[in-house]
Formats: sequence, structure tokens, C-alpha cells
Amino acid sequence: METQVQTTPTKEKNSSPQPMKITGADAVIRSLLHEDVDTIFGYVGGAIMPIYDALFDHKENVKHHMVRHEQGAIHAAQGYARATRKTGVVFATSGPGATNLITGLADAMLDSTPLVCITGQVPSALLGTDAFQETDILSMSMPATKWNFQITRAEEIPEALAKAFYFANSGRPGPVLIDITKDAQFAEIDYVYEKINKVRSYIPYPKINSQDIADAAKLINEAKQPLLLVGQGVILSGAEKELYKFVEKTGIPVAWTLLGSSAFPNQHELSVGMLGMHGNYGPNKATNECDLLIGLGMRFDDRVTGNLQTYAKQAKVLHIELDPAEINKNVKADVAVNADAKQALMDLIHEVEEKRYPEWYKVFDNYKKIEHDKVIENDVTTRPGHQIKMGEVIHRISELTKGEAVVVTDVGQHQMSAARYYMNEPGSNLITSGGLGTMGFGLPAAIGAKIALGDKKEVITFIGDGGFQMTVQELGTIMESGAAVKIVLLNNGYLGMVRQWQDLFFEKRYSMVELTNPDFIKLSESYGIKARQISAHEDLEDGLNEMLQSKEAFLLEVIVEKEENVFPMVPAGATVSEMRLE
Amino acid sequence: MEKEYTLSIFTENKIGILHRITTIFTRRKINIESLNTSESEVRGVYRYTLVIRVTPEMVEKVVKQIEKQIGVLKAFSHEEHEIVHQEIALYKVPTQAFANGTNVEMIIRNHSAHILTVEPQYIVIEKTGHKEETQELFRLLEPFGVLQFVRSGRVAMTKPMKKLTSYLQELEEASSPGEQTIQ
Repeated sequence: METQVQTTPTKEKNSSPQPMKITGADAVIRSLLHEDVDTIFGYVGGAIMPIYDALFDHKENVKHHMVRHEQGAIHAAQGYARATRKTGVVFATSGPGATNLITGLADAMLDSTPLVCITGQVPSALLGTDAFQETDILSMSMPATKWNFQITRAEEIPEALAKAFYFANSGRPGPVLIDITKDAQFAEIDYVYEKINKVRSYIPYPKINSQDIADAAKLINEAKQPLLLVGQGVILSGAEKELYKFVEKTGIPVAWTLLGSSAFPNQHELSVGMLGMHGNYGPNKATNECDLLIGLGMRFDDRVTGNLQTYAKQAKVLHIELDPAEINKNVKADVAVNADAKQALMDLIHEVEEKRYPEWYKVFDNYKKIEHDKVIENDVTTRPGHQIKMGEVIHRISELTKGEAVVVTDVGQHQMSAARYYMNEPGSNLITSGGLGTMGFGLPAAIGAKIALGDKKEVITFIGDGGFQMTVQELGTIMESGAAVKIVLLNNGYLGMVRQWQDLFFEKRYSMVELTNPDFIKLSESYGIKARQISAHEDLEDGLNEMLQSKEAFLLEVIVEKEENVFPMVPAGATVSEMRLE
Repeated sequence: MEKEYTLSIFTENKIGILHRITTIFTRRKINIESLNTSESEVRGVYRYTLVIRVTPEMVEKVVKQIEKQIGVLKAFSHEEHEIVHQEIALYKVPTQAFANGTNVEMIIRNHSAHILTVEPQYIVIEKTGHKEETQELFRLLEPFGVLQFVRSGRVAMTKPMKKLTSYLQELEEASSPGEQTIQ
């Protein structure tokens, strides 16, 4: 069923669907307005000029944020999408503009982020001729998009954009790229927009097999030591409440993946922590002790599983997942439910028994104590005479913001530390590059998140000195947009995570990991962004308060211990239960 | 253990679908041994037939990742015993090869091959069959000087009787928006 909607945007929604004669470029903007787009991140250029010209007439209805590099635009759109669950929209020109989007597309593909990216393209007559700023972005972006399409005729615009929004943000979300030749932007069409919610080769929400639900409930009800692993699928389907009810009823301990960090209140008595390489000790150890492992809206990524040959071999596996290609991809499921997390939980809740597992909980309590004594206490406690540690800063910010801020990270040691020590409460969010591990993600993603949330939420980004310099030009976007992002730059003068690996696995042969850094305070101030550097414990509290109380963007640079290693750790390819505490 | 699998992939007739399919093999470093595409019995639905050598676990994952692509309607993998398949080969040999006795003529007869065209300088022979059969004919003709040889991709029919139209009907229903959790 396709729904007919009005031809004119927002303000004249009640008008009849009469076709109107407009340019392709205008049709692009109007199509976006029909999809309730009010924010665009982009960068202007030759082949997309007609679209920017059309944008000029719609300035009141849609806000375009001019970034400093197209990679910044797409990461900002990702931050926007993940903060709101709306589709992020990106504009870029042809050639280098388009290729600069590739990293963000790959990131959004792996982390299931809904995006619609619109790229300009050389005129259709020049396609394939190596024309100026021509690049075959369709072929290049194919493995990094959920769907992509090249428009060479203006008539194709409304339908292609309707499909783009439908595909991007239904089922398992993902990035879509629409490439539009310049002649199609100039040409005139009779414009009618119809939303699309059905394409026969695409099944966004498979019908749940009731037998699978029955089988799943049986496994759950018979389990003596169950462990629930929740992923971003819970957040994407908006199933946090259903998950909460399910856990309260079944009493099953909950662990989360990096991207599932805010699916369940981190301080709940049944929360046992984060999974994976730098996750918590308990859930990793317990993975190889439980008798039922339930994966909910997650994909058993290798950073979660470690060595698959020795992963949860003693347990039955129940996998509840929307994407059928994820089922049995890495871990063989004894029972699989191919469904959206919310739908599956709504069906399952009636079939499962109310239970508690006192003996099983003691196992986690014990591991929690071990981890606390050996790692956590040391990480978050101030030790006079020593440098500040990342964990201390993040832990304190978590307390000061009551776990209610939206936390955006870059990639590396600080990312793991943020995931471990920022205690997400419901409604907060951890926005981080999980699957692709994109350094340079943090700053632009935080800008996108702040633009989306405005005064509603504090947006704090933790960034290392390495990743910060990969997209540092986006300080210009902060200056221009006024987005009040709080930047916590955890500076150890190293590419810390790589240094840690060189320390542990390459005989401390530090190769290309020490950074010669600029004066970050001057850099920030040159963009008109207030900044302060802290290196002593006694200044930390004051610095954090100054940053949090600032109404504008603020950069707090904290000089942290140079050679701190993040523990616990499951070395790459090792067994999860062999997690190292030191 | 790697085995030979024949994949049948049904798609919409859209530019770029082949690229989407081949990237799935490229990223896993799987070589495509044979590839054929044509319109199926249903107008507008295209059928790809591919031959690959992979493990049973791998073929299951690859088929799911192909079917996940928007524009792909259905994808199946088959083992040898589940299909009837055929290839076609053409051989260009010098006409003078026929001049010396009846050897070539006998080879053609024994292998149920056909002569497509006779020119003063060359003759084009056609043979349909399995790869081993068309390869065997190539081996026998080689001593007479094969000027050109070409073999098509495999085409295959499945033995089960379920019709493509009933799969399409199922898709129609499954892709329709129902009481789903669409945000």
C-alpha cells in the first residue's frame, strides 16, 4: 500500500495532490520536507549546486549545517540519527565530495545507522568519460550501503527518495546513497510525492513464527543459569521498556554489547556489565559457564565472542535477531527467532515464567568483586602523586551528570573507558563507532547529536589526542553552528590502544604511536571555543564543573597518565573466559 | 570440505544488482566458476545461475547475504543431485581437419555434437552437455587444431516442483506492511 501525500511541504499539508512543475533540485528538497527532514549536514560543490540553489528557497523549513569536510558531515548525520532514531541526511558533491563519505557509509553500515546521502554527479552525458570530478560513487559505495541508486532523469527523484527513506529507516537500518546527475537537478518535472512502505524484494519485519517463540520460551523456562546479551537492536526497535519488563519478570542477568550500552539501566541489580574485549569480567567469564546464552538484537561480533571455537560451547544458544543473515553467521543458534526485538519481547513476555536465580547471581557478584578489587578501584580512584587516569575523569563525569548525558566517543582506550565507566541511565545514549572503529568519529558525531538534541540533553564527547586530530577541522562547524558540545580531550600523547598492544604483544617496540601535539587550548580558542587544560588532580573537579556549567561549547583537555593500559582484556582471538585482569 | 554448489538467484531487473551480488563473493575471496543470467519464466524477474566451490557452512551464509540485498527476490543453493543442468560449448576447427579420413566426423557423431556452420576455412561445432563432456570433446578435437573454444555458464533447473510465482506471492505478503513496529 502506498500512501498518497500532498505535493507541497509542511505548511500547506492540506492541499490536494495536484502535480506541480518544478526543477529536479527543488523536488529533492520538497521530498526531504515530505519525509519531515529539518536538518541536513553537507558541503557544497559544483555538481550539487542546483540543489543548494533550491535549498535557498526553503531556508525556513530546513536547516543546513555546513561542515568543514564531507566526512564530518556524514559522522554528524550519524550522531544526529543515533541521538534521535531519525534518518540523518547528508549532501555532498561529486568526485572527492562523494568519496569523502565512504568511511561514514562503512561505519553506518556496520552500526546500522539510518542515513540518506545525496551526492551530486556530473551531467549524464559525461558519465563514464572521466569528466572533471566524476567518480563512480555508485560502484564504490555498493558494499557500504544498504541500497543505492543513481538518478539521471528528474522524473525518478520522488520515487527514489521515497524508497531511500523507507529502506534507510525500516527493518535493520542502514545508509542509503542517492547519486543525482546535474542535468536531472536542472530538468523540470510534474512533481507528486508518494511515500513508500512496500517493496517486494524487501522484508523489513518478518512475521514471527509462533513455534519459534514457544521454543524460545521453553529454553528460557528450563534454564538454570541463563545470560542475556543485549545489543543495539533493542535500542533501534525502541524496546527498552519491553526489555525492562522481561528482565524484571525472568530475573535473567543482563550484559550488553558496546552499542547496546544504553539498552538497559547500567546500575540495575540484574545488570552484569559490558561484553567483549574490554568489557566487564563477569559477563565474559559467565559466557562460558551459563547453560543458556540469549542474544537479543546483537550479532555476535568477533570483539564480543573472541575465539568462536571455545565460545559458550557448554550453553544452548537462543538468538533473537531481525536480520536473518546474522542468524548462524558466527554462532550457531539452537533456537532462532527472526524478529524485531520489541515484537519478540512482546510475544515472549507472556510465555516466560517469573523466576530468580540466587546461586547464579553469586557467581556474578564474585566476578564483580574480583574486577572491582583488581581493576576498577585502581582505575577510578585518585592516587596522589600520580597522573590523572581516564577512568577517574569519566567516572566523575558520570556521577556529576547522573548518567543522563548523551555520551559520544571517538575510538581507542578512552572509548573503552567511557563504555566501562559512564553509567548510562535510560534515555541517555552512548554514541560510538563500534563496528568500524573510526578514529575521527567523535567530534563530528557529537556535533550532530547536539544539533539534534539542543537544550534537551547535555552532549559530552570523550576524545583522544589522536582521533581528535583526524577531524579537528569540525571545530569550525561548532563555531558556525554554535552547537554547545562539551569536549573532553583525554591527552596521553600516544595512540594509546595501539601502544597498549605494542606493550603487550609486540615486546614494547613502540612503533609510530607517540604523537607530537599542537597546543590544543590555543587551537580551540582560535575557533572561539572556550578551553582549559587540567593536569593536576586538585584542578579536576573545578575543571569539570566549569565545563558542565558552560552554556557554550567547551574543550576540557585533561593530561592523563601516558602509559595506562585498559583492562580487563580478552586478547584478540583468545577465549572469552581467559580474560586478563592485568 | 568444499563442494560445488549451483546458486539460483532471482532478482528484479535493476542496474547494479550483479555488482551487489559479486561483492559478496569478492569480500570472502570466493571465485565464481561460472555465471549466467537471463529473464526467467516470470516477466521482469531475472535469474542468475552461479557455480562456486565452498563449504556447506559458507554457502548458507553467502546465500543469506545475497538474499538480504534489496532487489534480490530469492536465492537458493543446490548440490549436484538437486538440479538438472547444462552448458553449451562452441569449437572452431579448420575445415581441412575433415579432409583426412572420417575421424572428426566420427568424434562429432559419437558425442552428439552439431555442425553450426561450414566455411571454406573453418567449421563451427556445437555441443551441449556437462562440463566434463564438452571438455572431453575439446580434448579429442585438439589434435586437429582448435582455432577457438568457448563454453557458456551453467544453466540449471531445480527438481522440486514449487513455482517461482508462488515464491513471489509469498514475498508479496511478507513485504506488505502489517501490524509491524515501524518507527
